[in-house]
Amino acid sequence: MSGAAETMIDVRVWRGAGEGEYQAFTVPRRDSQTVLDVVTWIQRHADPTLAYRFACRVGVCGSCAMTVNGRPRWTCRTHVSKVIEDGRLEIGPLANLPVIRDLAADMAPFFDKWQKAEGTFVPSRTRHEPLERISPESAERQAADAAIECINCGVCYAACDTVRWSPDYFGPAALNRSWSLVNDVRDAGNLERLAAAASNGGCHNCHSHQSCEQLCPKGLNPTASIAGLKRRTMQAYIRGEIT
Amino acid sequence: MSARPHTTGYRGDRLWLAAMVHRVSGVLLAAFLPLHFLVLGLALEGEAQLDGFLHWTKSPLVKFAETGLVLLLAIHLLGGIRLLVIENMPWREGQKRMATLAAAAAVGIAGIFLIALL
Ligand code: SF4
Ligand code: SF4
Ligand code: FES
Repeated sequence: MSGAAETMIDVRVWRGAGEGEYQAFTVPRRDSQTVLDVVTWIQRHADPTLAYRFACRVGVCGSCAMTVNGRPRWTCRTHVSKVIEDGRLEIGPLANLPVIRDLAADMAPFFDKWQKAEGTFVPSRTRHEPLERISPESAERQAADAAIECINCGVCYAACDTVRWSPDYFGPAALNRSWSLVNDVRDAGNLERLAAAASNGGCHNCHSHQSCEQLCPKGLNPTASIAGLKRRTMQAYIRGEIT
Repeated sequence: MSARPHTTGYRGDRLWLAAMVHRVSGVLLAAFLPLHFLVLGLALEGEAQLDGFLHWTKSPLVKFAETGLVLLLAIHLLGGIRLLVIENMPWREGQKRMATLAAAAAVGIAGIFLIALL
């Protein structure tokens, strides 16, 4: 393709940390181009100091999420054609997290909250006991499976106004994980988990805005998971299992 | 130079708007409540005061304002039912349609009220 005939994209990329500004780049348009392709092109051809994060490039690792034209997206699987507006792309770091530099957000608070929500599996058997047989058709397993495909990308967390307004709120991903474990019959940590879900930063903060559900690239539904936690914590409270 | 990256483009999406309209209707209703109590209080001060006020409410402007009030009540009620359904019933697809329907129904209710009033 000759240079003159090439279609170009006007890209504005966030530079700096908490304080910074958008920097303009012109990037050639390609077929089936993803937003991550655009960022990589800039880093390879225009400015090698651009900081951003990615690993798998195929929607598995969850490390490439950024804000694209105002909305959080997994950039490796977001086609430019889907998000471009008037030939323009504005790319920034994920919201609701500290910015390390340029497009790299600090995910530490996101994962800290995952821990606070007791989002880790607590085994009920030791390795010396026989494996528990779980029917994939059972209602509990299906509820656990519905929430399990999370890749920790932080898109939902960046789209949640409740996270924005109350910094202690665990956010959709951590609570979605909690709900998956609450439904896992092999897990032995549910009392602590439900107590965490009912605590200050927990599920009752959620206003069911559904921005998380609308934007989750894996098509998960944290709103429904959190609604499940709201009901389950209420039952546990009425039964006197949590205070 | 802009100090912060733009990250709130999802605001204005239909379900986000539904949540905000619901919230604003609640705030406005709460702001109206003291006024409502004030009028009820007039009744305690005697028939004449209350009648005087009720006469004033026949003016078109007040009728219009009352329609607004009915609209707010309908929005807040239907929005509340929508949330109860989301949080307590099995998940259903078509959330955006549900929000639009609730909004349309609220406007419909207020419209019927206005016609009945005129
Ligand atoms: S549904 Fe709850 S968790 Fe999801 S974006 Fe809204 S407030 Fe946040
Ligand atoms: S729930 Fe969805 S949007 Fe949120 S971290 Fe997991 S995969 Fe990403
Ligand atoms: S780079 Fe792994 S999900 Fe995008």
